[in-house]
Amino acid sequence: MSGLQAAAEFPRLRYRRARGRVGWVLTVVAFLLVAAPLLDILGLVATRGASAVSPAIFTSVTNGISGGLLNAIVGTFVLSGGALILGVPVGVGAGIYLSEFGGGPFGALVRFVADVLTGIPSIVLGYFSYITMVIGLGWQFSALAGAITLALMIIPYIARLTELAFSQLPLSLRESAYALGAPAHKVVFRIVFPPAAPGVLTAALLALAISVGETAPLIYTAGWSNYVWSGRLTHEPIGYLTYVIWSFINQPFASAHALAFAAAFLVVLVVLAINIAARLLLLGSRATVTGG
Amino acid sequence: MRTSPFRVGLIGLSGAVPGILVAVVLFLAIYSWPAIRFNGLSFLVGKTWNLGNLYASPVTVGGFQVPHGAEYGILVFIVGTLATSAIALMIAVPVSLGVAIFLAEGVPERFRPGLSLIVELLAVVPSVVYGLWGVTVLAPLIAHVVAPAFNDVLGFIPFFAGGSATGFGLLTASLVLTLMVVPIITATIYSALRQVADSDKEAAYALGALKFEMATRAMLPAVRGSIVGAVILGLGRALGETMAVLMVSGGAINYLPTTLMSPISTMAAFIVSQLDSAEQDPTGMAVRSLAEIALVLFVITVIVNAAARLITRGLHVGLASRG
Repeated sequence: MSGLQAAAEFPRLRYRRARGRVGWVLTVVAFLLVAAPLLDILGLVATRGASAVSPAIFTSVTNGISGGLLNAIVGTFVLSGGALILGVPVGVGAGIYLSEFGGGPFGALVRFVADVLTGIPSIVLGYFSYITMVIGLGWQFSALAGAITLALMIIPYIARLTELAFSQLPLSLRESAYALGAPAHKVVFRIVFPPAAPGVLTAALLALAISVGETAPLIYTAGWSNYVWSGRLTHEPIGYLTYVIWSFINQPFASAHALAFAAAFLVVLVVLAINIAARLLLLGSRATVTGG
Repeated sequence: MRTSPFRVGLIGLSGAVPGILVAVVLFLAIYSWPAIRFNGLSFLVGKTWNLGNLYASPVTVGGFQVPHGAEYGILVFIVGTLATSAIALMIAVPVSLGVAIFLAEGVPERFRPGLSLIVELLAVVPSVVYGLWGVTVLAPLIAHVVAPAFNDVLGFIPFFAGGSATGFGLLTASLVLTLMVVPIITATIYSALRQVADSDKEAAYALGALKFEMATRAMLPAVRGSIVGAVILGLGRALGETMAVLMVSGGAINYLPTTLMSPISTMAAFIVSQLDSAEQDPTGMAVRSLAEIALVLFVITVIVNAAARLITRGLHVGLASRG
């Protein structure tokens, strides 16, 4: 009996079929409600950003509400790079511990706190750094205070992603190394680390993407500067791209808006590129692990 | 067995994670202690935030040096935080359920990676870029289209009446927040739906269920716990979201929202917006009171996130970026 015939004979079934179709249409509508704004955001940033980006953006510094973004580009690079330098060793170390030795209550605690920390508003971390470093230690707005704040933020992410990368490797890998008499540090660094490396790199890349897009904690720690960073770690504020987006879009001048969109274009481009690269890296490593 | 130096080193690095949590709560508490004692309970129930006269000599009130007339009440920001989060979740939860069902059961296998990428990218866009979009696209749309429409159709209800001059306010902030929590809630529900056992689905089919009935009557109840956890996770994100809300909220101060279009401010956004003014307070009480807001926000989000993690434990590792 075909569906149509059945539907004709059983009004109740006809009603259920109609209800199911309406339900599926609603799920599609839900998806479009989410997809449309994303595409609009990306389209807006791409069109208005691309037209605002010129060579001068990369070669000159911000001058009031016009000029270029060299200072902000360098600043974002310094702050995010600094955050990685400070945060990756700690995060990867914690992740290795969680995966290799973290079966006990301490491991469970670290894992749980790391998950909770990823949900803490970044502004709270920023204010913490403000009262401890900017005021408490007297560093004022500075590259180091900003980089440390970002590092505090990304450590839990890196730890959990590193743990994930390590724990996907088979136990037999470690057992065979231990059976040959290798000490724990050699098992971790010589045997387990190489196949987990793409996963660890992914963790670092995603942490970089988070750092590049972050704004709120930097307002209270890095400050803002129209000048290119001179290399001083403390007592000198430093600019960054997300500040330009936030602060210049509220200025009533076309030149300020153009700079805001140029900065947004660069930030979104970097963040998207990093995320897609991280995804490909993860896909590639999955293929080798399962295939080999 | 002797613990090797290697392992001790790793334990030390791991200790940084709980160390961060303890350090943040400790330093915020110590630093804001004078403000906690000075403000008392009126901090949470007072709706006036007044830095006082910063140019007159400070006065001593209850043993604390404060600017004359200073008063720190954050009820307005608590209400703003709860109102934006509540509206955002009211919209985001049904939408996320729909998207998760669509991705898990409604889409052919070969389209799934591409379509789920769209949802994942929503989580990747930095907060400040949402703010930029809110300022240039959403706020004008609210001011010129949505607010007048609400006023015409639902204007007899005071909450929807009055229109909006700028488009900055409660509704715009809530809608931007909605977009930001949808990917978190969707990802958690979606990964739970994917883990529903085939036998459960087959049982529903065997009873004669249509596919949509199977998805809503068999799969959704099976992941009930994850849905609750996902919503709480989304709540945690919404409560603390800062830049996007700051840019489109209208920055209300000493003013409780009366309509959907009222300007509002949230705790997180207010902290950012107050940097310059607070620094001019020679007694430092304003900076300490801001630390008290940060402490309150920290405690709330720790509780909310801990609850969400306990509920969804083992189901989903929190990978969504927060920008």
